[in-house]
Amino acid sequence: MTSAGTTATAEGVTGGGRRSSSAAAAIREGRLRWLPLLPALLYVVLVTQVPFLLTIYYSLFNWNLLRPGAPTFAGAQNYATVVQDPSIRTALLNTVVLTLLAVGISVVLGVAIALLLNKDIFGKGALRTLMIGPFLVMPVAAALIWKDTLLNPIFGLVGYLVSPIGLGRVDWVGQFPMATIITIEVWRWTPFMMLIALAGLQSQNLEVLEAAGVDGATSLQSLRYITLPFIRPFVELGALLGSLFIVQTFDSIFMTTQGGPGEATTNLPFLLYLVAFQGFDIGKASAIGVVAVILTMIVATLALRTLFTIFHVEARR
Amino acid sequence: MSRAVTVARPGQSRAKVAWSVLAWLVALVFFFPVLWMMLEALKTESQAASIPPTIAFIPTLAQFQEVLSRDFPPFFINSAIATIGSTLLVLLLGLPAAYALSIRPVAQARDVLFFFISTRFLPFAASLVPLYLLARDLQLLDNVFALILIYTTINLPLGVWLLRSFLLELPNELFEAARVDGAGFWRELISIVLPLITPGLAATSLICLIFAWNEFFYAVNFTSSIAATSPIFLVGFISGRGLFYAKLAAAATLASLPVLLAGWVAQKQLIRGLTMGAVK
Repeated sequence: MTSAGTTATAEGVTGGGRRSSSAAAAIREGRLRWLPLLPALLYVVLVTQVPFLLTIYYSLFNWNLLRPGAPTFAGAQNYATVVQDPSIRTALLNTVVLTLLAVGISVVLGVAIALLLNKDIFGKGALRTLMIGPFLVMPVAAALIWKDTLLNPIFGLVGYLVSPIGLGRVDWVGQFPMATIITIEVWRWTPFMMLIALAGLQSQNLEVLEAAGVDGATSLQSLRYITLPFIRPFVELGALLGSLFIVQTFDSIFMTTQGGPGEATTNLPFLLYLVAFQGFDIGKASAIGVVAVILTMIVATLALRTLFTIFHVEARR
Repeated sequence: MSRAVTVARPGQSRAKVAWSVLAWLVALVFFFPVLWMMLEALKTESQAASIPPTIAFIPTLAQFQEVLSRDFPPFFINSAIATIGSTLLVLLLGLPAAYALSIRPVAQARDVLFFFISTRFLPFAASLVPLYLLARDLQLLDNVFALILIYTTINLPLGVWLLRSFLLELPNELFEAARVDGAGFWRELISIVLPLITPGLAATSLICLIFAWNEFFYAVNFTSSIAATSPIFLVGFISGRGLFYAKLAAAATLASLPVLLAGWVAQKQLIRGLTMGAVK
């Protein structure tokens, strides 16, 4: 459809007279097509792109809402602070550790469970319904339930269950803060990975597997050489989307550890919250914002390339 | 085909039982925290914080009554307003945009699509400070309207992608016939597209519901009391040391219920929605 429009325009330019009016019509038609898109496009530009430009602008100022007086121009000073600040390096490292581990573990578990649920078993529908529960529960609610009723050293159920092997009374959240956050995120995102992997498995052509079986392939060989390569793009999509969400983890940290103890679980979103809404340091928060965007752009360029290959066939239409 | 094979062999049915047991064990482990939340909500406070934990008990709805009769409803209503308002706005802005990216696509449709999705995954650090200052200057802090606008921003890119994937499935002949009849954009959208795209609208609404209802970061930073949503109510329990576990569990259950129910009912739409239409 698009190519038809461009051909008409090209003809109009080379031809003359009668044709040029149809070319003008084609151009007009091409412009008209933008109309339904404009409201959404303007909205998104207005609430994401314009504020980002302002973020860059603010990052050049020495400006704290808690201090009296007008903001003063600071040049690159906020960036110097950000680059030298050990808290930021810690937060960056925590973000990477949390994202890599949570995504990695939930992908492996999600694929394994999807393979299990794709077998010939009783109650598939009910099983899937139970499995997606963790993903649907409000993250803030889930974090509180984990912290207070499951992992609490005195009243928690987990402590009670593991006390026979001498692990009662362990302050899980306090002693293993990062592991706690990762556990909660893995618990939440495994169902997500499982759903996507399961959709991949269900779109697989069973005749190929049967043919492989007839040819003497063991089920492990079929899994390794046929099934896993087939669902790979699905798993990649899940991992990609999952990491874009998990990088922004805030709810579970806020509700369980508040970034602590010390800075043990402070990731970039939580650090930003501390700087912007506890310190009200507009300049520094903006500088962190700009740095975060640059880092995200590097990662997202790679990620979008994957996304593009996955959507490739569709996007051409 | 495969069913005939499984019925035929007794060895395979034993395998079926074994795999089923394993699958149920795994699913119950994952579901357990959700179940435990609901069980705690049906206990008395002393049962909820007992040592050892109470397993057998007579369920009571007292905690739900207490939470509902006291301060929870306004939070729940704010959540509903922010969610429904932003979802409607996403559909209103998103459907025409999706149309211009699929049925009569603009020349740069692909660039626009990737621009949209890039904004979804921009860290909130990118725009947080200016949005906060703007909301403050416009007296929109602690105002549900600000949340509606922010949640629209969060969900619009997903909505556009998702609606587009549904529009692409409509057969082309449909529109050709309509164009011969001289149907304009609005008539085409309302009389042809809308009736056929109900599943797409449902999937989009579900995804908007999940992300808007459960959203916490903006809610906690942009609201304080008047416009506070359900997750903010739960923040009130953050320092509980065995004091209000049953009430906390009841509030957590109530806050989670709308998304849980919607997600369970619309499981098919869920996968498609979460992958922006890529996985059907």
